[in-house]
Amino acid sequence: MTPSDIRAAFLDDLTLIAPDLDPESIGDNDHLQDDLGLDSMDFLNLVSALHKRFGLPIPEPDYPMLATPAKAVDYLARMLAR
Amino acid sequence: MSIFTMPSLGADMEEGKLVEWLVKPGDHVAKGDIVAVVETQKGAIEIEIFEAGEIGELLAQPGQTLPVGAPLARLGAADAAEATIAPVAAPISPELPAPAAPAKALPATTASPVPTGPALASPAARGRAAELGLALDAIAGSGPGGAVLLADVETQAKVQPAPGSGPVTPQKGKPGLDMAEMRRAIAAAMSRSKREIPHYYLSHEIDLQAAQDWLTTTNATRTPDQRLLMGALLIRATVRALARVPELNGRFEGDAYTPSDAVHCGLAVAMRGGGLIAPAILDAQGMAADAIMDAMRDIVVRTRAGRLRNSEITQGTITISSLGETGVDALFGVIYPPQVALVGFGAPRLKPMVRDDIVQPRLAITATLAADHRVSDGRRGALFLAEIDRLMQEPDTP
Repeated sequence: MTPSDIRAAFLDDLTLIAPDLDPESIGDNDHLQDDLGLDSMDFLNLVSALHKRFGLPIPEPDYPMLATPAKAVDYLARMLAR
Repeated sequence: MSIFTMPSLGADMEEGKLVEWLVKPGDHVAKGDIVAVVETQKGAIEIEIFEAGEIGELLAQPGQTLPVGAPLARLGAADAAEATIAPVAAPISPELPAPAAPAKALPATTASPVPTGPALASPAARGRAAELGLALDAIAGSGPGGAVLLADVETQAKVQPAPGSGPVTPQKGKPGLDMAEMRRAIAAAMSRSKREIPHYYLSHEIDLQAAQDWLTTTNATRTPDQRLLMGALLIRATVRALARVPELNGRFEGDAYTPSDAVHCGLAVAMRGGGLIAPAILDAQGMAADAIMDAMRDIVVRTRAGRLRNSEITQGTITISSLGETGVDALFGVIYPPQVALVGFGAPRLKPMVRDDIVQPRLAITATLAADHRVSDGRRGALFLAEIDRLMQEPDTP
C-alpha cells in the first residue's frame, strides 16, 4: 500500500466515524481531537475501524501517533512495513 | 382497534415531520417495533409502537408535519376482523397522491373521538399547495364537504406567503439537523428548567488513578473494539450510586416526584456542529462495564447518524454530562426536565493529591451534581457523590 492509499483509507474511516466532517476540508496536520472535534469515543471507534481494516493491534500507548492524519499515515505505513 | 399517534418526544416538542413509514397496512407489529421515522428538532427519531397488532391504515403521508397527538395510523388488534377496520372513518380519498402536501398543524383533535385524516382536497389543489409549501389544513375549502379546491389554494397563496420556496420533498437517510431549531429546543427546555427547578450544586474531586491503572492493564490485552473508556466506569459508578439515593433518579411530573426503579441514564452527546442531545441508556442499573461501554458506543454512533428511538429520548431518569479529555475542570449542569438531577464530569487531569501523607501526581476528575431541591437536599447529594468516589476506587468489581 502506498502512503496515498493509506491516507485515503484513513480518511474513509474517519468520515465514517464522523459523518459530518467534509473529507475535502480535513488538513493533514489537523489534530483529530482539538481541531476536528473527535471525542474519546469517536477516537476509539476510529482506532477500531483501522484495526479491522489493517489488522494492526494499535495498542493504547501508540494513540498519540495517530493524533493527526499525517502522523497516522506515517504510523500505519511503518507498522504495515514491519 | 386503536389509533397510533404522533408521540411527544419531550416537553419541548410540538410537532414532527413524518419522514418514512417502515410498515405497511397488513403488517403485524409487536410492542417496541420501530414503525416510522419522524424528524424533530433533535434530528430523525425512530418511532416505536407500544402496542401489538396489525397495521390497518396509514393516515399520514411522508413529508407531512403533524402536531403531537395527530393520528398516524390505525392499528387493529392482532386478531381483529377486517370488518371492524373499514367503515369508521376514512376521509382520505383513495387516489391521494403521496407524498401529500406538508399538512402543518391539524386542528386540535383531542376532543374528537373520531380522528381526522389529512384535509379533503382535490388532486390539483394538493399538488399546488405542496408546490407553494402551504398547509392544506390552513386553507378554507369551498368544495363539497369543505374540500379544498385549486382556486382556494391560489386565494390563500395571495394572503399567506409560502413559508419556504419550492416543493417539499420527503427526506431520507441522514437528517439535515436544523441548528436553529435545535437551539430553540434547548432554549425551551433549559428556560423551563431554570424557571421551575430550584437547583443546588455540589462539587467533589475524585482520584481516578486506581481506575486508570485498571483500565490500562485491562485494555492492554484487548483489541480496540473491546477496549473500555473511563466514561464507561464513570457511568457505571453513577448508576450504582443512585441505588443509595433514589431521590435523584426519577421524574418530577405534574406536582409530584416519582422515583424510578430502573435507571435510564441520559448521556449528553455534543453534536460537532453545535448543540447537544441527551439520549438515555435504558435499564442501565444492572449493566457491567462492558455492557455500558457497548450501549454507550451504540448510542453515540446513532446520535451522530440521526437514528435514535423515541424511548431513548423521552424516558431518561437522570443525565450525565461529561466534558471529555480536552475540556475544563468542572461543569455545573442545568437539569433536563422532568428529571431531577444532572451529574457533570470535568476533564480528567493529573493533580497533586495527598496519599499516605505524601503528595503524589494522580489522575483526578471533578464530579458535580446539580439537583432539584424540591426532591432532595445537599446532604443526600453529598452522599451520592461520595458513593461515586467510593465505587471508582474499586474498578475491578464486575
